[in-house]
Amino acid sequence: MIEFQLDETSGVATYLQLAQQVHQALRMGMLEPGDRLPTAQQVVAKLAINPNTVHKAYRELEREGLVRARPGLGTFVARVPSGPDPATQTRFLTAITDWLRSARAAGLGPDDIEAIYRTAFRNCFAEGVA
Amino acid sequence: MNIIQTIGLGKAYGRTWALRDCTLAIPEGHVVGLVGPNGAGKTTLLGLATGLLAPTCGTITVLGERPAAGSAQLAQVGFVAQDTSVYARMTVADHLRLGAWLNPGWDGELARRRIGELGLDPKQRAGSLSGGQRAQLALTLAMAKRPGLLILDEPVASLDPLARREFLRGLMETVAERGLSVVLSSHLIGDLERVCDYLIVLVASRVRIAGEVSELLAAHRRLSGPRRDLRTLPAGQEVVEESHTDRQTVLLIRTGEPVNDPAWTVTPVSLEDLVLAYMSQANDTPARRSPLGVAS
Repeated sequence: MIEFQLDETSGVATYLQLAQQVHQALRMGMLEPGDRLPTAQQVVAKLAINPNTVHKAYRELEREGLVRARPGLGTFVARVPSGPDPATQTRFLTAITDWLRSARAAGLGPDDIEAIYRTAFRNCFAEGVA
Repeated sequence: MNIIQTIGLGKAYGRTWALRDCTLAIPEGHVVGLVGPNGAGKTTLLGLATGLLAPTCGTITVLGERPAAGSAQLAQVGFVAQDTSVYARMTVADHLRLGAWLNPGWDGELARRRIGELGLDPKQRAGSLSGGQRAQLALTLAMAKRPGLLILDEPVASLDPLARREFLRGLMETVAERGLSVVLSSHLIGDLERVCDYLIVLVASRVRIAGEVSELLAAHRRLSGPRRDLRTLPAGQEVVEESHTDRQTVLLIRTGEPVNDPAWTVTPVSLEDLVLAYMSQANDTPARRSPLGVAS
């Protein structure tokens, strides 16, 4: 069973942190289909958070089809999220590493590069929403 | 049903208003944080909700009835006062016996289990317990009443961080198990951020803002950008907090719409930023002091 942690300095909403940790555990193979998630009561007894926050995280995961609630039994992992295949991941990792090297060679520091990345990231995903 | 509903509620001591124009409608199933500076009226509001105080004007109902209207209403509300009152000369076991004797719906099993989990010695006198243990005993008594609503006035103010966390864990566990509603006052915003999903900010005897935490966070944004005349803001953007240098303007606004003006860098606000912004409005000019988002 997975143990949730909270990062209070991250600024990420608590329910999202919980959902993200389930995502990560699924990707890393720490959780598999059929595994039961801790009950809301177990989570709040450890983290001292509002039970509604746990319910909200589990509803979010259920909406994504990753888990399924079985009344009276608990919430179970239904499937593993389908991420990009390893070849695709490698291709993009290589591309961005090359880009970073050339940015550095052009005299850009880590902060400059991060600012550019953040702007591009925001623009790109803002387009997606609009 | 609303756990607490007030209309124009006010309480005055002589000519001084401890609470005024308080209109709230808090739905059930929430853990409600009541936050504000000392002397803002938090204890007064909780006193009115428990029926320990009578209103000067306006009305209040708690779980659909006038507070302390009768034994049935009293049985539905658990209360832990600011000083986590227990009887110093009585033992832990005496407290449980007294609780069982005074409360028809008493859950002796829950009380014994919690005392066991907390590692309290039933034979120990309450007066010799630590602050954290005393608070836990008071909470246990209030929970074992099996109330629909638990009201806690600054329950963790005097506790060290570890005892505070233990206390909130126990509280949240019971909320998860029993589905009861909770109203707790505190000025430890970090604690409230963890446990509360509904927030009321009370400043200088008035409710500044009240609502579900997720909705409050979604409705507020921090904007920073080049110096700006606030009269040029769109109508739907209400300024909660502003600061300016000769070149820059930083605002905390409340808005129902997305902010599309490219001049602004828009960032979400934390609950702490939001609470502090409303709390610091106390020193602001009266014109800016519109009580936003008061649920009706």
